[in-house]
Amino acid sequence: MELTGSRTIEADRETVWNALLDRDVLKDCVPGCTEMSGNAEDGFEATVVQKVGPVKATFKGQVTLEDMEKPASLKISGEGKGGAAGFASGGAKVKLREEGGATVLDYDVEAKVGGKIAQLGSRIIDSFAKKMADQFFTDFKDAVEGPGDDAEATGPNAASDDAAAPAEAKKEKKGWFAKLKSS
Amino acid sequence: MPKDGGIGSSTKRREDVRFLSGTGNYTDDINLHGQLYAHFVRSDVAHGRINSIGAEAAEAMPGVVKVFTAKDFEGVGGVPCGWQITSIDGNPMQEPKHPVLAEGKVRHVGDPIAVVVAESLEQARDAGEALEIDIEMLDAVVDMKKALEPGATKVHDDLDSNLCYDWGFVQENKDAVDEAIKNADHVTTLELVNNRLVANPMEPRVAVGDYNRSTDEHTLYTTSQNPHVIRLLMGAFVLGIPEHKLRVVAPDVGGGFGTKIFHYAEEAFCTFAAKALNRPVKWTSTRSEAFMSDAHGRDHVTKIELAMDADNNFTAVRTETHANMGAYLSTFAPSVPTWLHGTLMAGNYKTPLIYVNVKAVFTNTVPVDAYRGAGRPEATFQLERVIDKAARERGVSPIELRRQNFITEFPYATPVAVEYDTGDYHATMDKVLEMSDHAGFEARAAESKKNGKLRGFGIAHYIEACGIAPSNLVGQLGARAGLYESATVRVNATGSISVMTGSHSHGQGHETSFAQVVSEMIGIDANQIDIIHGDTAKGPMGMGTYGSRSIAVGGSAMVRATEKIIAKAKKIAAHLMEASEGDIELKDGQFTVAGTDKSVAWGDVTLAAYVPHNYPLEDIEPGLEETAFYDPANFTYPSGGYVCEVEVDPETGKADVVAFSAADDFGNVINPMIVEGQVHGGVAQGFGQAMMENCAYDADGQLISASYMDYAMPRALDLPMIQVDHSCQTPCTHNPLGVKGCGEAGAIGSPPAFVNAVIDALNRGGHKVDHIDMPLSPDRIWSAMHAAK
Repeated sequence: MELTGSRTIEADRETVWNALLDRDVLKDCVPGCTEMSGNAEDGFEATVVQKVGPVKATFKGQVTLEDMEKPASLKISGEGKGGAAGFASGGAKVKLREEGGATVLDYDVEAKVGGKIAQLGSRIIDSFAKKMADQFFTDFKDAVEGPGDDAEATGPNAASDDAAAPAEAKKEKKGWFAKLKSS
Repeated sequence: MPKDGGIGSSTKRREDVRFLSGTGNYTDDINLHGQLYAHFVRSDVAHGRINSIGAEAAEAMPGVVKVFTAKDFEGVGGVPCGWQITSIDGNPMQEPKHPVLAEGKVRHVGDPIAVVVAESLEQARDAGEALEIDIEMLDAVVDMKKALEPGATKVHDDLDSNLCYDWGFVQENKDAVDEAIKNADHVTTLELVNNRLVANPMEPRVAVGDYNRSTDEHTLYTTSQNPHVIRLLMGAFVLGIPEHKLRVVAPDVGGGFGTKIFHYAEEAFCTFAAKALNRPVKWTSTRSEAFMSDAHGRDHVTKIELAMDADNNFTAVRTETHANMGAYLSTFAPSVPTWLHGTLMAGNYKTPLIYVNVKAVFTNTVPVDAYRGAGRPEATFQLERVIDKAARERGVSPIELRRQNFITEFPYATPVAVEYDTGDYHATMDKVLEMSDHAGFEARAAESKKNGKLRGFGIAHYIEACGIAPSNLVGQLGARAGLYESATVRVNATGSISVMTGSHSHGQGHETSFAQVVSEMIGIDANQIDIIHGDTAKGPMGMGTYGSRSIAVGGSAMVRATEKIIAKAKKIAAHLMEASEGDIELKDGQFTVAGTDKSVAWGDVTLAAYVPHNYPLEDIEPGLEETAFYDPANFTYPSGGYVCEVEVDPETGKADVVAFSAADDFGNVINPMIVEGQVHGGVAQGFGQAMMENCAYDADGQLISASYMDYAMPRALDLPMIQVDHSCQTPCTHNPLGVKGCGEAGAIGSPPAFVNAVIDALNRGGHKVDHIDMPLSPDRIWSAMHAAK
């Protein structure tokens, strides 16, 4: 599936660009990311815990940054293997343009899933991916701008459905991990 | 007055006592001492190159005994295909190797890559996750027509293309058919899809392999419709085990619907691993695995043209079908779109010229093979749909158009190589119109209209060729097997009887209906007769159950063996009563001498056979046990008329089936209740195909309908009570029971009735819709209505 969207970030392009290449920023913004190592040049290794419909899994995989044209555009690609759950892969083409004092980030995401996630979760993949992308870019905007007073309210409604579980996880990591362990 | 026993009696199914009380013995109920558990690690990509499989970490995990990969199967044969088709150009079909475990490449989601064998299932599964499998994803081919384009990715690198075969039938008629279509007064053309289905038997597949070192004997317990066929295929072609060292047991089996005919890699694996590890090895499919490893059904894309003269007489039929084989050739896959499909294209009609072209295509999907009806539903669907469209185009009644073209004289040799022995299609048409109250339809339609609903009346007729099959004929057609059936009738000393049949019951009620036949013939209570099946160590070589063959072929073998028993018993009775053998009569379990009051009971004769103190030992051997093999002279040709009535809600597009009637001609009927149950089940599966079920792949070859959340199975509440009738009986002329078989009829005849009814409803409502591809979901119906406006 393919998704497009944009965010206006109250920062200059240089700042936004650097944030996109920053391991810690990415770790905080990739929904469900529990570990991130590596660097922008050689690629990152990431561990992501996600639940798609009835399938909950730990995905391990690479995140690579390609086609980098500082500070205007790049492509973020990721591929994760979730063991028995299958795999997920995707990429986001990101363009940065200045508008007033701010930076507009346009994104164009495509994602693929395979194995059990596709077999059991195909009905909800599209909405799930949209939520993942929304959350990533919302959290990224927050990360760059610094947390505002209304940070709580901007996140997706954590209670609405399964797909929002990562948002809940972010806020209450301990609680979520405890649940994961006990399940 | 209905009979309370014997042929024609609705005897309650004796097997249901154990099935309904939880005391059945299914393969998963079998647990052997020291048994290990196998977990198959399957591909989650549709097409990929296996770069490496790292098993060290998995093998070091608790309880893991061994991880098997293709390397362990070097020198082991591939899973064989049992039918060879020859293309128009005279070349045999392209037949790729089908390894037990993937070699070098994976070719569909679900293709087995490795197997972890461990002390417990949980340990095997955990270790499966620790396998380090590096697969390079390759482009997948999913769409059949794209798979045949030049330069398309090949499913099998060593084949010329993705075309398995290009079959023309009857090739000699092609020019005449083309000419007739060119010169026709009218040609109706229809393009349609026969949707891919997953069989979904209630019991998933299971295999337990066992090996005895002291005797070098292998035993495989498996969920099979034909254990002898599995023994032959697996023993001779995969593992190289001679029959006398290999026993295959298919105990209680919870539904098959075709998908348990085939020999599967998991069976070969468990048998192989049991010897390799010297411990029993068990595999039980999960439902998720079943979706991606049980052979699927149907998946044809067809264009059919029906030519008519000015008086609406059918003059020619021409079809072109693309049939999906999936990634490998399953056991009988090549025969389904060809000999089980092309030979049925005459239907109930005297069309003089027919040409069928079938292109079988490899794709990166689960293999496709026989599913209830197997080829015949595909033939019936296209024919009955195109006739309905033709009636609409010509402004005539679909009932009268069918009647006008019905075959009325039998035997009838079709232009597609089969000869119908008997039938009376007007009788089943009359009957089904009466059952469905056709005369009152317009009033019901008006009533529906008042309620804002569109009511439709769908008629379909079918013919099927079953009682499969004459061995010499199928041999000429490419079958690598004979299709006779066997029975051994063992009469015990006290008169009870064990019948070992080569047929296999996995829901059909053979234990009841077969016993009724023997009970009728000898005149003893059916409770004295046991039907034993499903174990190669117990009965003679048999070919199993599929193609609605059990009573027509297996039942006939049993009749022949019982006739031998009776002939011998009469000799013994003649000796005991000091009478002439020719004067002996057997009735109600008593032997009598014609014209006298002398009699001797069945039990006295059987006892004499085993305690031959007063016995004609100079003429006959002691004992009373006979075996017969029966090879049918022809197929049998059940037929019938089906009517479906639907109400479509134009607001939502939802079609409710409000009435369904089936008038079948099965020839003679052994147990009416079981026959009615078979028709109910078949119609329900036809309903599933027509209205709900669809096995879907995305463009990358991911199976996206692999659970009951996305694969819609029909439930009892989705259907009205199905009215069935089998009083139109033209008995089969060439088998001793005059039976034709009833197992597949419902699934063959019903899908076009459902679709014809919905299309009728829409057209009556002013929506000019010619066709909607199955399943007719509310979304598809609504979209078609609105596209037509």
